[in-house]
Amino acid sequence: MKGKAELAPPELGGSRSPSLRTRLALWTGGAAGWASRVTGRGAGVAISGRVALRMAPDAVRELARDQRIAIVSGTNGKTTTTRLLASCMEGSGLQVETNATGANLASGLIGALKRAQPAGVVILEVDEAVLPLVIGDLRPETVVLTNLSRDQLDRFGEVRTVANRWRAALASQPGCRVVANARDPMVVWAAGASRTIWVGAGSCLRADAAACPQCGSLLAWDEERFQCTCGFGTPPLHSRLDGSTLRIGDEEVEVRLLLPGTWNVVNAAMALTAASAMGVAAADGAAAMARVATVGNRKVAWVLPDGTPARLFLAKNPAGWTEVLRYLAGGSSDVVLAINARIADGRDPSWLYDVPFELLRGRRVVVSGERALDMATRLRYGEVPCTIEPDPVRAGMLAGDGDVDICATYTAFTRLLKRLDRG
Amino acid sequence: MSTSAVRIGLLYPELLGTYGDRGNALVLERRLVWRGMPAELVEVPAGTPVPASLDVYVLGGGEDAAQAAAGTALRDSAGTLEAAREAGAACLAVCAGFQLLGKRYVGTDGTPVPGLGLIDAETVAGTRRCVGECVVDPARGGDGGAGLPLLTGFENHAGRTVLGPDVQPLGTVRVGAGNGNGVDGAIGERLVATYLHGPVLARNPALADLILSWIVGTLPAVDDDIVARLRSERLRSQGGYLAQLRRRSRRR
Repeated sequence: MKGKAELAPPELGGSRSPSLRTRLALWTGGAAGWASRVTGRGAGVAISGRVALRMAPDAVRELARDQRIAIVSGTNGKTTTTRLLASCMEGSGLQVETNATGANLASGLIGALKRAQPAGVVILEVDEAVLPLVIGDLRPETVVLTNLSRDQLDRFGEVRTVANRWRAALASQPGCRVVANARDPMVVWAAGASRTIWVGAGSCLRADAAACPQCGSLLAWDEERFQCTCGFGTPPLHSRLDGSTLRIGDEEVEVRLLLPGTWNVVNAAMALTAASAMGVAAADGAAAMARVATVGNRKVAWVLPDGTPARLFLAKNPAGWTEVLRYLAGGSSDVVLAINARIADGRDPSWLYDVPFELLRGRRVVVSGERALDMATRLRYGEVPCTIEPDPVRAGMLAGDGDVDICATYTAFTRLLKRLDRG
Repeated sequence: MSTSAVRIGLLYPELLGTYGDRGNALVLERRLVWRGMPAELVEVPAGTPVPASLDVYVLGGGEDAAQAAAGTALRDSAGTLEAAREAGAACLAVCAGFQLLGKRYVGTDGTPVPGLGLIDAETVAGTRRCVGECVVDPARGGDGGAGLPLLTGFENHAGRTVLGPDVQPLGTVRVGAGNGNGVDGAIGERLVATYLHGPVLARNPALADLILSWIVGTLPAVDDDIVARLRSERLRSQGGYLAQLRRRSRRR
């Protein structure tokens, strides 16, 4: 954007050097993070950021100044898209910092920002509710918007509210490039028209967008397009995914991933288009992301304590669950469904009735998690017989003769990761 | 008992399906099929006229803009819906669906929107959203629901609904907000309205069977073991209230 790569290395007291207050705040935050780690309370990322922000509310703005920054936000695919975009930029030889642990609230951004090198680039996953709050401080070069569907209705409120906040936030940053999913009416509305690079990938996301975000009338749909009588509709595409072939302008590139699932190919299309806009050759980006085997700590393949091989899938909301179930429907593994309804999961599990669990008919299913009984009731009405075992690790061992696939809501997933990691 | 299939209509699921309320139609359909009674789930997509031939009309909750779009479309079918109700059809309306069937709804922007007027109720959007587990006691609501056990659900809305003299509440709110004045929903002739999601019929099979009984008469029991466990878990999680109930029953 401003030729930042040519900036001279910072000198003491130069423009990159944070104020004394911020440096003190970062040091104190670091100490709090260290304390959190040695006492075994957590990874210390969020706490050090929180402490630093409390002492120096301008810390994000100061650290972000003169830094090349790209932001990834959306309901699903944030963490993976961030990881894939970071790998593209690394592949082009840049020094990349990212919040790889998925710490995507304002406090979690501090860690990546303070490690950032002057000639490098910072790729940040940002929570969809936090994006409008931090975009003015971060002043990103690029914002990638994956999709916007209902998630944690009790925390975020309605999808439309989030879309309207995004729209206002992006309008306040006219210099920022937006790379956005053209098949999601909510994202198209939020991104606005002028400087957006539109990506056509995956099928249209119509579940939470039956009514036009501009005028409220019913949208007309087909597989790849939507249109309203008021003029609002699918914008012309800059890049387009067909199967695993992504066409960006005149360039064509094959997307090959180690990560499973068609949803990850869509994430890759978003990341590659963004990387290309940020100056990376599409073929180099594709080669770099083809080597990504895990995203943050979200390793897919595990072995349960009794030796059963298990794959672990995170599904956070109806759209994510539907993708995962469609993927699993092609196999024959035993399946564990681990459902929690804490704040980070959304406290109302009514959404279970908006997900086609009927796809699991004929499979051996164990329901688990703190809300196993809600899941069991849903399966009874879907006529999918199941066993109930509230402990997800035991549920996995109960299920598996051969392979077992464990699908979990956010907090069920993170708890399970922690336990499996301990071995 | 009718011999032709009972037709359960799910109205405008794309607009009124934000909170899993399509589950209510599934529950009604399955509970008939399990009893050997033919049933059919009919989805009425937004933009198509509401058929007159349905036995149960199911409406769910939706976001504000979707609710407005559903309201506009429903008004075109108001006559059909009213005629079907007079001919004996039942109706379940949840959250936004409840508000749309009332006389009018005043949204957050202060503009009053006319409802279908099938329920003697008026809703005004409040400033605070009511979000959380909810327990409703039908023993002290309208006569129609007097025999029902406690209702458990999850509410997520900003509506404050005042009932007129022509309709009774579904029950007294024990935990949560409901209509915002101590009661939840409404119950009338072959009509149930509520703010509870969950979906409400999945968590409260007795309410599902009450609605079905209006169409097909007395129903044999079905195996509700799993949902009975879910219900006791949910009600136990609202422990303070249950302790109060136990004290009251001891006094009796």
